[in-house]
Amino acid sequence: MVPGVTSLPVRRLALGVVFLGAILLVVALDRGRPAELSGAAAPGFSLTNVAREVGIDFVHHAPRLDPKIDNIAPLVAAYGASVSVSDVNNDGWPDLYFTNSRFGFPNALYVNRGDGTFVDVAQSAGVADLNRPGEGVSMGAVWGDYDNDGLEDLLVYKWGYLQLFKNMGNLHFKDVTEEAGLHHWMNSNGAVWFDYDRDGLLDLYVTSYFRSDIDFWHLKTTRIMENSFEFAANGGGHRLFHNLGNGRFEDVTEKMGVGSTRWTFAVAAGDFNGDGWPDLFLANDYGPAELFVNDSGKRFVLTRVGLESDSKSGMSATLGDALNRGRLDAFVSNISERGYLFQGNNLWLNFLPELGHFEQGATGVLADAGWAWGAQFGDLANDGRNELFITNGYVSADRDRSYWYAMSKVAGANGNVFEDARNWPAVGTASLSGYERKRVLVNRGVAGWVDVAAQVGVTDESDGRAVALVDLFNRGVLDVVVANQNQPALVYKNTVAPGNHWIAFRLVGTASNRSAIGAEVTLEAGGARQLKVVDGGMGFASQNDRRLHFGLGKAARVDRIVIRWPSGARQVVEHPAVDRVNVITEPPRPGPRP
Amino acid sequence: MTAAAPRDRSGTLWARLGEVDPRYLISFLITLILVVGEARYGILGGYDRLAVALGVCVVTELALARLAGGRGAGLQSAYITGISLALLLKPRAGLLWPFALGAFLAIASKYVLRYRGQHLWNPSNFAISLLLLIAPGSVAILSHQWGNHLATNAVIWAFGLVIAARVGVLHVTLTYVVCYVLLAAARSLVVGTPPLAELAPITGPMYQLFIFFMITDPRTTVGSRRGRVVVAALVAVVEAAIRVAADHQVAALSLLYPAPPILALAIVGPIAKALDLYRRRPAGGAAG
Repeated sequence: MVPGVTSLPVRRLALGVVFLGAILLVVALDRGRPAELSGAAAPGFSLTNVAREVGIDFVHHAPRLDPKIDNIAPLVAAYGASVSVSDVNNDGWPDLYFTNSRFGFPNALYVNRGDGTFVDVAQSAGVADLNRPGEGVSMGAVWGDYDNDGLEDLLVYKWGYLQLFKNMGNLHFKDVTEEAGLHHWMNSNGAVWFDYDRDGLLDLYVTSYFRSDIDFWHLKTTRIMENSFEFAANGGGHRLFHNLGNGRFEDVTEKMGVGSTRWTFAVAAGDFNGDGWPDLFLANDYGPAELFVNDSGKRFVLTRVGLESDSKSGMSATLGDALNRGRLDAFVSNISERGYLFQGNNLWLNFLPELGHFEQGATGVLADAGWAWGAQFGDLANDGRNELFITNGYVSADRDRSYWYAMSKVAGANGNVFEDARNWPAVGTASLSGYERKRVLVNRGVAGWVDVAAQVGVTDESDGRAVALVDLFNRGVLDVVVANQNQPALVYKNTVAPGNHWIAFRLVGTASNRSAIGAEVTLEAGGARQLKVVDGGMGFASQNDRRLHFGLGKAARVDRIVIRWPSGARQVVEHPAVDRVNVITEPPRPGPRP
Repeated sequence: MTAAAPRDRSGTLWARLGEVDPRYLISFLITLILVVGEARYGILGGYDRLAVALGVCVVTELALARLAGGRGAGLQSAYITGISLALLLKPRAGLLWPFALGAFLAIASKYVLRYRGQHLWNPSNFAISLLLLIAPGSVAILSHQWGNHLATNAVIWAFGLVIAARVGVLHVTLTYVVCYVLLAAARSLVVGTPPLAELAPITGPMYQLFIFFMITDPRTTVGSRRGRVVVAALVAVVEAAIRVAADHQVAALSLLYPAPPILALAIVGPIAKALDLYRRRPAGGAAG
């Protein structure tokens, strides 16, 4: 159509048609968005909640806080459900520890009987009654053998005083917080064991979310909230505790340069730049994620690695080799809500060794998982590729009432307004991103990530917080345990289609910490490579099975594994036996260094 | 320019400012917001968004101006619209089509949705409203708040008010702001929400873009000064009605809740403009 050739009315009519077509295209593109559920090939596994059948009847109870913040109590008291995995009695069967968050409500230690059932022994073990006035309430826990005596010890982080329990054996624990020098009040939602100076002793990094001078049961002020929805730095004040090896810890936060006051929800440790020293990755609410790079155990340096430009609401710091590149990537969950906010999750692909920064790799279903919380990478199908299990949902109350509009009012305001909890509209019985469907994402390679949650049987709408992956029944498959806020915990037993091989490793440190936390295993099989790391706490308020589980697909043989021990030692094991758990003890020093 | 130089020079600058094409001043202001917002707060979320929105706006403007057979295209309008869309649209991660289609629809609306020779909607207001209504699963609106820095707010407001005064639309801005504040206070009393929570939104950049670029758009507002005051007040009233409905969780109107002022203007603006045109003699001419 060229002016002068076609009449003006005809041109205008044509333009109108194109205009209408563009509108219809917008509608089509918007509706075509979640095509992810359809057309996916069979995922090769299914998940069934067997919590009740296996004897896990844990129900989380949210904290009840000072009435001065009753107007937003459902939002503030929305954390505390956690789950962490450890073999506390060294019987070869993984056990589970859940935290509760209301005064008078006990935490639970479910010991695995090895017959497919669990029994809660927290009371007799001395790790149940931790939620008491004056001492605060539990928010999560991480296991690590801090004294290298071969028994996994327990650190419980709280909105209140930290508590460290030494495992005395025979399912008894002793509170050693005072003598360890850890009697500190923090409003913490995350902690990680790691050996930052490679001295063979586990050190401890504890993050704070709210400021540490806040006592939620005796508030002196209601100015306790963030002062920015994107760049807040008026949060907790984290602490790094150096393990002195005599049962005591020394606060080296300032000396080591890791005193961030971001609103950190989750922390994970891993060697991102490949220099052999574990770095700290912080997922921060109301601000960008942070990477503290470990400078040879002498100090940490907050480093610009591409995270600082993307300011969001980080909820989970999940490490894993997302794309089988032999690299430790980081997944950070965020918030998405139809019509209001599409922050999008981040998959920070690690290009630090060659480019010096991360690249954001999350789009589609990977980016949008609702109000996402805990997440974990793991090969649920034993096919050699990682799945990603994401739980979500913030506050599920009245289905017909939403707090999103009310929150959007203060979210668009100046920070001085919403820093004061009194200025927030009352939540009442409204939900906030409640009743959300969970996500189980399968990596289809070039086809991207596909959500198969409904297909594999994950249909719960709980307010999920923590996710841990663990081979609960020693069957060679990863099961999924989810701790839900104010709701029962879920135990998703995994049924994997037959035909795929697997291999797992239980690592025992000698020069390294006994728990081997921080050890990396790179596996080569069938022309593919996978990397996994023994975690001292990752995701949100969770810790996975200490054993590293690899799916192998049809490969019946592993070419080799390379272990990078936390001490710095490197060990190569040729052709380890498949379809079993291999126990590998760190060779004595001196060993080859990377 | 002799004896009373200092005072006169000041007056001359002020006067000269008034002689500048209003669209240049508006372009300067939105560029200021873009630069400050991106430099300090990463408000764009990616330069590709800006490139797509701006590029499609300019190309569409050039093409449709030629197609309509009118005078040359007014690229300042495309520039303002493109930046507005890049700043205000916050779609899902990785989506660029909302910027491309939004930009096309914004500019095309000037050529398609016309009455008596004039377009009825502010282009970016039309496109954003449409996308929020028909693509809520893909598109949200800017929810940044300039960090918590009052200084940033003050700079934008200061420049905005000065430019609004020189462009001759300060009465529109002030009418809306005064009405918003009064209605916010009323809503706080009626609904029982904290007063600052109701006042809070107007301190954010979404409102600044709305107040200085949409509701004051001379092409889509009514002809008389008194009429513009009434329209601005009506927009505030409709917005307040939307907000009251939101506070009462009226589900049928939930699509309006993420951006009450934008959608209130999209409702009131074209009706007022059409009525105004109806009362006047019909005028021809190309879009601009």
